[in-house]
Amino acid sequence: MKFSNAWLREWVNPDLTAQQLADQITMAGLEVDAVEPVAGTFSGVVVGEIVACEQHPDADKLRVCKVKGHPEGEVQVVCGAPNARTGIKIPFALVGAKLPGDFKIKKAKLRGVESFGMLCAQTELELGDDSDGIWELPEDAVTGTDLREYLQLDDSTIEVDLTPNRSDCLGVAGIAREVGVLNRCEVTEPAIEPVAPAIDDSLQVSLLAEEACPRYVGRVIRNINIDAVTPLWMQERLRRSGVRSIDPVVDVTNYVLLELGQPMHAFDLAKLNGGIKVRMAEQGEKLTLLDEQEVELKADTLLIADEKGPLAIAGIMGGLHSSVTKATKDIFLESAFFSPLAIAGKARSYGLHTDSSHRYERGVDYRLQEKAIERATQLLLDIVGGEPGPVHLREVTEAMPAERRITLRRQRVSGGLGIEMSDAEIVEIITRLGLEKIGEDTEGWTFLVPSFRFDIAIESDLLEELARVYGYNRIPSISLKASLDIVPRAEAHVAQSRLEQTLLARGYQEAITFSFIDREASAKFEPEVDPVALQNPISAELAVMRPTLMAGLVKTLQYNLNRQQDRLRLFETGLRFVPGSDASREQLQQERMIAGLIYGTRQPEGWTGSKDLVDFYDIKADVEALLEHYDAQGEFTFAPAKHPALHPGQCAELQRNGKPVGVLGALHPELQKAYDLPKGTFLFELSLDGLGQAVIPAFAPLSKFPEVRRDLAVLADVDTPVGQLAESAVKAAGEFLTDFNIFDVYQGKGIDFNRKSVAMGLTFQHPSRTLNDEEINAAVQAVVSELEQKYNASLR
Amino acid sequence: MQELQSLTEQALALVEKAGDLAALDQVRVDYLGKKGQITALLKGLGKLSAEERPAAGAKINEAKQQVQEAINARRTAMETAAIEEKLAKETIDVTLPGRGEEQGSMHPITRTLRRIEEIFQRLGFSVEQGPEVEGDYYNFEALNIPAHHPARAMHDTFYIDPATVLRTHTSSVQIRTMEKTNPPLRIICPGRVYRCDSDVTHSPMFHQVEGLVIDEGVSFAHLKGCIDQFLKAFFEADVPVRFRPSYFPFTEPSAEADIQCTNCGGEGCRVCSGTGWLEILGCGMVHPNVFASCDIDSEKYSGFAFGLGVERMAMLRYGVNDLRLFFDNDLRFLKQF
Repeated sequence: MKFSNAWLREWVNPDLTAQQLADQITMAGLEVDAVEPVAGTFSGVVVGEIVACEQHPDADKLRVCKVKGHPEGEVQVVCGAPNARTGIKIPFALVGAKLPGDFKIKKAKLRGVESFGMLCAQTELELGDDSDGIWELPEDAVTGTDLREYLQLDDSTIEVDLTPNRSDCLGVAGIAREVGVLNRCEVTEPAIEPVAPAIDDSLQVSLLAEEACPRYVGRVIRNINIDAVTPLWMQERLRRSGVRSIDPVVDVTNYVLLELGQPMHAFDLAKLNGGIKVRMAEQGEKLTLLDEQEVELKADTLLIADEKGPLAIAGIMGGLHSSVTKATKDIFLESAFFSPLAIAGKARSYGLHTDSSHRYERGVDYRLQEKAIERATQLLLDIVGGEPGPVHLREVTEAMPAERRITLRRQRVSGGLGIEMSDAEIVEIITRLGLEKIGEDTEGWTFLVPSFRFDIAIESDLLEELARVYGYNRIPSISLKASLDIVPRAEAHVAQSRLEQTLLARGYQEAITFSFIDREASAKFEPEVDPVALQNPISAELAVMRPTLMAGLVKTLQYNLNRQQDRLRLFETGLRFVPGSDASREQLQQERMIAGLIYGTRQPEGWTGSKDLVDFYDIKADVEALLEHYDAQGEFTFAPAKHPALHPGQCAELQRNGKPVGVLGALHPELQKAYDLPKGTFLFELSLDGLGQAVIPAFAPLSKFPEVRRDLAVLADVDTPVGQLAESAVKAAGEFLTDFNIFDVYQGKGIDFNRKSVAMGLTFQHPSRTLNDEEINAAVQAVVSELEQKYNASLR
Repeated sequence: MQELQSLTEQALALVEKAGDLAALDQVRVDYLGKKGQITALLKGLGKLSAEERPAAGAKINEAKQQVQEAINARRTAMETAAIEEKLAKETIDVTLPGRGEEQGSMHPITRTLRRIEEIFQRLGFSVEQGPEVEGDYYNFEALNIPAHHPARAMHDTFYIDPATVLRTHTSSVQIRTMEKTNPPLRIICPGRVYRCDSDVTHSPMFHQVEGLVIDEGVSFAHLKGCIDQFLKAFFEADVPVRFRPSYFPFTEPSAEADIQCTNCGGEGCRVCSGTGWLEILGCGMVHPNVFASCDIDSEKYSGFAFGLGVERMAMLRYGVNDLRLFFDNDLRFLKQF
C-alpha cells in the first residue's frame, strides 16, 4: 500500500513530519518500506503556454516555439517533441532551471536557432512514465505558476508493507484511523452524501453462491461522457499511489479502492445481457480477461455472469468484452463483498494478482459497499456527468460474516503482557480502534468487533492491539523464571558434536551442501533408489532429495579441485532421504548421517611429509577413530561389501552386532572418471542412529602378575580376510588373552604366491596369578589349530 | 722429597696435556695407581724414622690428592665439552613447521548454531530435531495456517505432493514436541529449512533456530527479556534491540525484533538499507489455536516462540557479505572459520 502523505493529511493531521509518521506506524506494526519524494528534485519550472509554433528552418524534427510563462514575457524555445503545438500548456523549464540529475538549463543554439529554456516531458521531471512528448497540462493551469506549487509536489509517498492480517489498512481511510488512534487525534472523512437517483433504471442481481458472495451493491449510470479527462489532482493521487491513469471510470474505481479499500468494477451496460448472476463457474467455461488472456475457468471460481455467460472473475479481474471502452455511454457499477475464503488462492491459481484480489483475499469491510458506491457516483458525476439510477443492494443476511464479540479479562492484560494499564486507557485504545464496548463486569469487558477488522477474533488479538498502541518498546523486559528440574542425560549417548570434533582433529573441514541434488547424480550414486522428487524445484540441479550425502561431497571435491586445491578432507552431517517400497510418505526414511571424503596426499604438503596418497586404510582409520567414542570395538565389524558408488574390491560395510551401520570405500572408478577426479577418492557414510549408544566402561581390576607376549606367524590363502582370521584367533586364545594385534602382513618372495603371511602378537595375563608356560603354550596351540582348521593356515 | 715435587709437577703437566679420557686415565694409573710413581713413594716411607714418617706421608697424600683433583677437574671439563659437542651436533631448525595433520574447522553455520544452542542450553533449553520432509499439517495446519491462508504466500513452499512439503520453518518441530511432551517446555529446534526462492539474498535452503517456552505465567515481557538477553549474549555487546508488531499466524501478539545495525551503529548504511536497524528474528506469544491443536490448556499455560535465521546471524557475526558462500563450500572460505 502506497499513498501520498498530503492525501493522508486531509484525513488526519498529527504534528509529525512524514518521516516521523512513517517511524510511528512502523513501530505500530505497519512497516514502512520507503518514504520518497513524489517528484524529482527540480526548480525553475513553470506552467508555460505555447503561443506560436513553427517548423525549424534547418531541422525536420525541431520546432521553434514562442512560449509564455517567463516573468519577463514571451521567449523563444526550440523543441523536438512531436506534440508541440500552439495553444497547449506545458511544463516550461526557464533558463537557470535545475532539472533532476542536476541538469542546468542554459541558453542554447540548436541548428542555428536560439533557445531560451526547455519544454519538458513527464520523465524529464520524474513525474510519470510518459516520455512520448512534452507533458500537456490542463487548459485551466495558470500560465507562469511555479510547477511544484501547481502540482503540490512538496509531498512524499509513503509505502507500507502490510502483513496479511491488516487488510483494514489497504486504504487511506484505514491508515488514517490507525494514525488517529496512535496520536489520539481526530480523523475527518470527506463528506460522502448519498446521490439521489435521477432515473429508475436498475439491474436484477441474483446471488447464487450465497456463502461466497452474500452482499452485492449495484448501480446504473447512464449517459456518461467517457471522453472527459480525469482531473489532475486525481491523476496525481493515483500516480503517487503507483496507479496509472486509464480513463475516468477506471480511475474513479481505483481512487475509491485506494481511499476506502473497497474494490469496485464498472461494466459497460450495453454489453450486459439480462441481470447479474453471481455464481460459481462451470468447469471449463471460458472467459477473456481484461489483460486479454483467455482462461479456462475452474468450478471453484466465483463468477460475475449474465444470462449469456461469464463477465468477470469475481474479486479478481473483469472480462474484456464487458469492460468500459471509449464507446461506452452507460455503465453498471459493482461494489460487492466476497468472502475471503472464496477468493483466497484463486487469483494465484490463474497466475494473477490484482489490487482487488489482494484485498478480497485478506478481507474487505463487509459494511462498506453502499458508502463506496455513493463515493464513486459522486466522483464520477463530477467528471463524466450522467444520470444515476438507485443504489440496488442484495444481501443474504444469514450468509454474512457472523458478528464477533470478544471478552477481555482485565487480569489477562497484566498477565499476558506484563504491564499495568488503567481501565480507562484499555477501553480508550480499543474503542478508538473502532470496537464497540457492549458490556462490562468485574472481570473485564465485552467488545463488538467492527466489520473491517477480520483479524480480531479472540482475546489474544485484543492484547496485541493494546500492546501495539501502548508501544512494544514500553513493555518491560524481564528474565525468565523456571523451576530448576534436573533433566536425565544418558551417558551412553554419543553427541554428534563429539564425532565432529574427532574428524576436525583429523583434518576434516565441515561442508554444508544442498539437501536437493540433480536426478542424474542421485542415479549415479544410488541407482536403485527412486529419489523423492520436488514438484516445483528451483532447477534441474536441485530437483530430488539426496539419497546419500556422498553425492554432495564429491561435487564439493570437484568444485574445489577446479579451484586449484589438491588435498581435501571433508565431512557433512544431515538427513538422507530414502523412500519406502510404496509411494506413501509414511515409509520415507529421513536418516541422519555423517559422511566423509578424503582425497590427495596422506599428509598435508610439507618439508617432512611424504607424497603418498590416501588409501582405504586411511579412511578406515578415521571411521575407527569415530568408533572409539562407543567403547564397543568388539561389536563393530567391517565386512567386504558392494555399493554402486564404490569400488567393488575396496568397499566395506560397517556393522554393529551384525546390523549395517554404513559403508566406506574407494569411489567407483567410473564415478571417478565421470567427475573427472585424477586421484583416488575415499568416502564413508554412517547412520548416526545406526551407530547407536556407547558402552559405559566397566572397571576390571589391574593384574599384579606379569604379562606374557607370544608372536605367531601363519601362512593362509591370499584371499583369506585377516579380520576374520583375527576374530577367530582371539576367540580361540581363551579368556586370559588381554591384547591382540596384527603387526605384519606379507606376500611375495619366499612364500607360495597364493599364500600370505600374517604375523600376530598375543598378550596373556592372569588376574590373580602368574601363568605358566604350559597354559600359554596350550592357548597358542589352540589358536594355531583353529586357524588351521578354519582357514587352512599353517605355522610359518 | 724433591722427587715428590717433580713427580707432582710431571703428573699435573700430563693432566693438562691429556687429549682424551684415555690419556687422562693413563696419568692416573701412572702416578696414582697401585704401581704408580707417586704411590711408590709411600713404600719408601719405611726407611724414614718414626718421627719423620707422618709428615712425609701427609705430604705424599697431599700430592696424590692434588693430582686426583686435577684429573677430576680435567675429566669434568672433557665430559662437558663432549656433551656440548654432541648437543651442538643435534641442533635442529626450530623455525621449521611441525609435522602432522592440520586441524579442520566447523562450517560457520554449524559454528553459529552451536553457539546459539550453547547459550540456550545453559538456560535449560533442550535441543529438538524433526523431519525436513514434513506433512502439511505440521508445517501449516497445526500452526494456524489453514489452506489458502494469505500467510502461505509468505512462504514459497517446495512441494513433494499436495500434502507433503519441505518444511518452510523449524516451527513444525514445536508441534511435534508439544504433542509428545507436557509443559513446562523450553526447547530450541535448529535445522535446515527450505523456501522456493533463489537470488543474491535468498537461498533455497537455509537454517533456522526455533525456540519455544511454555509455562504458567509466561508473558510478553518474558519474551522480550529472553530475546534481548540472547541477542546481547550472542553479539557479546550491549546492542540496542527493538520490538515491532508483526504478524505470524501461530503467535499473537507477534513481533519482529530488530537490532541496531552492527555495521554502522545505527547511523544508517548499506547493510541496514539506511534504517539503522536490522531485522533479526520473528517472535510472539503462542496462539491459543496452536495450543488447541496440541491439547494444551491455554487458560493454564502461556508461552512464547521465536524463529531466527542462522545465516543472517553468521553474516553479521563474522562479516560474511555473500549468502551464497555458505553453500559453495570453497575450501578457502571454510578454512577461515
